[in-house]
Amino acid sequence: MNLLDPQGPVALANSTILVDSVFIMLTIVVPTIIAILAFAFWFRASNPRAHYDPGFVYSGRVEMVVWAIPALTVILLGGVAWIGSHQLDPTAPVPGTGSPVRIQAVSLDWKWLFIYPDQRIATVNSLTVPAGAELNFQLTSSSVMNVFFIPQLGSMIYTMNGMVTRLNLRADNEGKLQGLSAHFSGDGFPEMMFDVNVISPLAFPDWVATTAKSDAVLNEDSYKKLMQQGVERGRPTYRLDDPRLFDLIATQHIPPGPGPELISNAGRPHSGGHDAR
Amino acid sequence: MPAGRTVEAMMLGKLDWSAIPFDQPIPLIAGAMVLVGILAVLTWVVVKDHLPYLWHEWITSVDHKRIGVMYILLASVMLLRGGSDAIMMRIQQAVAYQSQGYLPPEHYNQIFSAHGTIMIFFVAMPFVIGLMNLVVPLQLGVRDVAFPTLNSVGFWLTSTGALLVNVSLVVGEFARTGWLAFPPLSGLTYSPGVGVDYYAWSLQISGVGTLVAGINLVTTVLKLRTKGMNYLRMPMFCWTTLASNLLIVAAFPILTATLAMLLLDRYLGFHFFTNEAGGNVMMFMNLIWAWGHPEVYILVLPAFGIYSEVVSTFSGKPLFGYRSMVLATMAICVISFMVWLHHFFTMGAGPDVNAIFGIASMIIAVPTGVKIYNWLFTMYGGRIRFATPMLWSVGFMVTFIIGGLTGVLVAVPPADFMLHNSMFLVAHFHNVIIGGVLFGAFAGFEYWFPKAFGFRLDERWGKVAFWFTFIGFYVTFMPLYVVGMLGMTRRLQHYDVAAWRPWMMVAAIGMLLLSIGVLAQVMQLVVSIRNREALRDRTGDPWDGRSLEWATSSPPPVFNFAFSPDVRGEDAYWAMKWRAKVQQLEDHPGPEYQDIEMPRNSPTGFVCAFFATVMGFALIWHIWWMVILGGLGAFATFVVFAWRDHDEYVIPAAEVERIDRINIEERRSLVSMAGAA
Repeated sequence: MNLLDPQGPVALANSTILVDSVFIMLTIVVPTIIAILAFAFWFRASNPRAHYDPGFVYSGRVEMVVWAIPALTVILLGGVAWIGSHQLDPTAPVPGTGSPVRIQAVSLDWKWLFIYPDQRIATVNSLTVPAGAELNFQLTSSSVMNVFFIPQLGSMIYTMNGMVTRLNLRADNEGKLQGLSAHFSGDGFPEMMFDVNVISPLAFPDWVATTAKSDAVLNEDSYKKLMQQGVERGRPTYRLDDPRLFDLIATQHIPPGPGPELISNAGRPHSGGHDAR
Repeated sequence: MPAGRTVEAMMLGKLDWSAIPFDQPIPLIAGAMVLVGILAVLTWVVVKDHLPYLWHEWITSVDHKRIGVMYILLASVMLLRGGSDAIMMRIQQAVAYQSQGYLPPEHYNQIFSAHGTIMIFFVAMPFVIGLMNLVVPLQLGVRDVAFPTLNSVGFWLTSTGALLVNVSLVVGEFARTGWLAFPPLSGLTYSPGVGVDYYAWSLQISGVGTLVAGINLVTTVLKLRTKGMNYLRMPMFCWTTLASNLLIVAAFPILTATLAMLLLDRYLGFHFFTNEAGGNVMMFMNLIWAWGHPEVYILVLPAFGIYSEVVSTFSGKPLFGYRSMVLATMAICVISFMVWLHHFFTMGAGPDVNAIFGIASMIIAVPTGVKIYNWLFTMYGGRIRFATPMLWSVGFMVTFIIGGLTGVLVAVPPADFMLHNSMFLVAHFHNVIIGGVLFGAFAGFEYWFPKAFGFRLDERWGKVAFWFTFIGFYVTFMPLYVVGMLGMTRRLQHYDVAAWRPWMMVAAIGMLLLSIGVLAQVMQLVVSIRNREALRDRTGDPWDGRSLEWATSSPPPVFNFAFSPDVRGEDAYWAMKWRAKVQQLEDHPGPEYQDIEMPRNSPTGFVCAFFATVMGFALIWHIWWMVILGGLGAFATFVVFAWRDHDEYVIPAAEVERIDRINIEERRSLVSMAGAA
């Protein structure tokens, strides 16, 4: 999950900007730290060779320089930020080979549901994508906020109930990656890690065909079961019954997920004491 | 529902025996230990008959110095609590690789929420407010703050908040939502327990306390300055106090309003931030950070002021580029309100918005950088004494630059797209809050301790504390930068990624060093109290200081100054010392001593906070009769205070003269001794 080992163009551009920015700043930070330590050491009271100059309290030239140095750095970095924000906007297209793959991601308590509306399939906690193709994500949440993040593919984005966010990515190399949620979402939050399988574009239709043979069907009913709070350790796959399922979730035609079940007033599962209900 | 249950529900609201975590040993034991500690202290106080002293000299005191000391005491106690949380978190993340560790999620989630809440609201805030209270009136050359009784109310309400957070340890639970309690997770649907209510009411009550402290200090700086103390002659710490408290006055109402909306959602079924019925969670994000970002500068600006005082004093030079520093301070004060969106670049705001807020955030780095350079040039040509406060300051300068670098980095939106909410971010804000605020608080503590108590702190233990904390900080938080770059996100109760493990182990070792640093600080206090006669500060000016707090005795008399000082330039006391040296120290030729009127002590703050505690607890548990009782009690307290007849008492001129003479004699004997040597 190393950010400096990008596996797609978005992550590559992100990490390039990250590294460049650090180096731009280091050119100022390192000399400043050295100067702090050097001045502190040289002007120590016990150094008889240091010149004591209590009158040195203002210098227009020094002020000019000390305002100019950070200002110039920020102008430079501000340019990086402006251009970077536009080029790497999460909704900006990321052209790839072959036709783009549409994926609709829903964060549930506490698992990830990935719907492939065009392929009429869905998976949980496992995202399979063809290498080299543009990936168009639409994202929402069944309940609380989460952040969808595959570190080695780049840019993360929030998922929120009743709203749809967009993100375009591309994975260039076949292999296994990992994704996670980057926004705390409750007790099962650490279980929101998911696999990302980047397979060859030739193998992708086979995988779709296999998955479409799945016995389990994802429709409104099975979705409502899935969105109950709980952890999913397996990697279930589904045939998608209604390709508009994502829209039903995002527009709240399917109401937001319920919270925790049976708990005491104190917020703990009941144990001992009498029932306060 | 049987009749008995109805009565019980009316009497006790949601409270019942299931609120006490009998099945969870850790909070129970911790709570029991705290309870035993409190009882032991109370017993000791009563048996030794210290209660009248505590009541008259401290609890009801409206003296800004006493209130400042109590703020700092509160912060120190809560630092130990927040620090314990930190230790538990670091151990959990060190052991919870492919296992659940030793803390179940519902407990771990409370710990990180409590850690953040406590460290910001009940450690950093009271620490800096305490130092400002203690020092600013002295630096301005005045006898007290603008609203002494209000000051006491502010302190006690802050304590109420801290108390409620600690009560949640044994009665009920604390929030499991993170320290900013983002909805919808913090809404009633997903957090039906009392945890979020504890969080919100603690902050509402202590927030009122903070707001009145802010109003008080702003007024003090604007309206109460001694003769000749122009704005551009004020010590830098007064300037940063002004800036910081202006931010409090402007920003804390936003927090209060935001939490009030969250509470309306939770208590009365409103839909400000719910998923349904048009609620908007993004609104909460915007509002909470519209307070939250200025809050960062509320904390760090006073620390900048402390460094300015310390670096200048221990370099034996006036602050370099004073006017430039004033400008930088006020620039930070203004710009800090225009950058809140950088906390959620990844919410999909669009490139223009992201870029503008990113650049605005970077712009803050300019005045901050200027400050660093001005401290640097204050040292240039100085004669630097490396007493403990100076060590903290140099340690800060080095550490804070690194925190600034990573801060500007996450202000670049495309970089933030990979670092948002990661351990890298956790490392960044600890880098600036520990390296900036906490180092500053410790520097101020060491620097002004002799002023508050009349004796210096032990230097050797102070240096041990510095080095352990300094090195401990790097060993703890540099690994968090690394795991952040390895994709690790924050608030993980356990993980399965092997690459993170070794770094979490290193961080746990760093935590051990940090803990030793804190223990060394406790030891320093113990040793110094034991050796206080040897460490006695008889002159009132132990560091060869430059501003007016050093012109009076240590500890200062209740009236601070027998005569209002006459200020004729920057570094007022330094100038006085020079004039005195030139003219030789003559007998005090000044005007006749006069009677001094001082505000009377008042239990208003304490009583008010007592009722606020009752009310807060009752609100959390839905015990409505008790809510009404607490509310009426607090209101009645205020009415009684408003109808008071006597609010001042007179210290006779003879008494003022007697106290002042002692100080003058002490100073003269030391000056003549120095002259003979």
